[in-house]
Amino acid sequence: MCLGIPGRIVRIDDAATMLATVDISGVRRQVNIACIVDEEHPVSSCVGDWVLVHVGFAMSRIDEAEAVETLRILTELGEARAELEAIHLSAAHLGGHPA
Amino acid sequence: MKYLDEFRDSAKARILVTEIEALVATMDVPHGRPLHIMEVCGGHTHSIFRFGIEGMLPKQIELVHGPGCPVCVLPMGRVDDGVNIAERPEVIFATFGDAMRVPGSRKSLIQAKADGADVRMVYSPLDALAIARKNPAREVVFFGLGFETTMPSTALTILQAESEQVANFSVFCNHITIVPTIKAILDSPDLELDGFLGPGHVSMVIGTAPYEFIANFYRKPMVVAGFEPLDILQSIWMVLKQIKEGRTDVENQYARVVPDKGNAAALSAVSRVYELRQFFEWRGLGSIDHSGVKLRDEYKQFDAERKFSIPNIKIADPKSCQCGEVLKGMIKPWQCKVFGSACTPEMPLGALMVSSEGACAAYYQYGGIKQHVAAE
Repeated sequence: MCLGIPGRIVRIDDAATMLATVDISGVRRQVNIACIVDEEHPVSSCVGDWVLVHVGFAMSRIDEAEAVETLRILTELGEARAELEAIHLSAAHLGGHPA
Repeated sequence: MKYLDEFRDSAKARILVTEIEALVATMDVPHGRPLHIMEVCGGHTHSIFRFGIEGMLPKQIELVHGPGCPVCVLPMGRVDDGVNIAERPEVIFATFGDAMRVPGSRKSLIQAKADGADVRMVYSPLDALAIARKNPAREVVFFGLGFETTMPSTALTILQAESEQVANFSVFCNHITIVPTIKAILDSPDLELDGFLGPGHVSMVIGTAPYEFIANFYRKPMVVAGFEPLDILQSIWMVLKQIKEGRTDVENQYARVVPDKGNAAALSAVSRVYELRQFFEWRGLGSIDHSGVKLRDEYKQFDAERKFSIPNIKIADPKSCQCGEVLKGMIKPWQCKVFGSACTPEMPLGALMVSSEGACAAYYQYGGIKQHVAAE
């Protein structure tokens, strides 16, 4: 109930009661989208949104740019680590200090 | 699945573990004990065990499993009240599956169902409202459970019931709020914590500002964390970096889901429908001021506590049960006297063994007990 599950909005069912159909790993389920709409993001622009669904309510639009950014930081961390290891390894090959 | 698989990449997890090891190696750890980082949320506890994260961490870091499992902290008295309502012949009692096996002093909801009560498992409060529409001659009561994550969904369902004038729908409200509880933990004298992983989905609703007091007043690092293995590892690394650099900040690792300002629509529904209770009773932790909500007077026709008289008797936790000490991180689940013997997921004695988000059930299910035995 607290973990939620990501899904994609495929259809608006009732704009007045804010009900939409979400595809969650191939399973379709009607959810309430009141918490992810506002003036800047009206009901009509919700189809195609990736949302996090908790107990039948879309509670957050998953921010693609932020997801990419978090992954980028992780990738950079890996590249920096690989670089350091390469430096360390070369030093060992050149007879510096043992690896 | 999109936004899940990317955060389960094992090569990236290994890199993060290496970074954590490298960082810890340069740090002054407290004398005579490892660094204690508490994950407040039961969802994190579940992920930590499911993905074996504790086993990846260097021995200088110990995760303390916090109280953030709403089913686990539900006191026996409230379960009894729920069973009491469910046993009324006119009632259909709708609940999340998680709550079915929580022991009451007489019986759990699943036992009440076996004894003939009309208890139905639902996925959403909206499903409970649909049952009410279909059964106008019956009283449908939804068991409202959870922190701020699920609080808005119950509030919006009540608002929907009001707009449709569904008179036979009500909520037995046990929603609780996390911030006073974190404060109670920080005020607990026998607890040594060095930092927190903040609850991702509570924060999605309330934002990150409510945690400022943890950084500013209690001087502890707080990183709001997502639930995938990379999220948790990265958040631990961020907490360590704060400790290393002598900072105490509220940081947000889970920005793809958690806006710093929270969710305005959800918060507005919450403040419209609920008000704070003076206090609420927690299993294992006792009474905590302003830690629960109830329905405002304007919505009293949807309040099961006012619709049906409930006994509302406080029942002490079972004597042999050490859920409270586990919740506060004072003992590990396997150090409890009844863990795995008198208390198992099939026959839980304490609530931490009931929900998959409870620390004891997670230890039991994912082999924490084996890890421990192997380590000895």
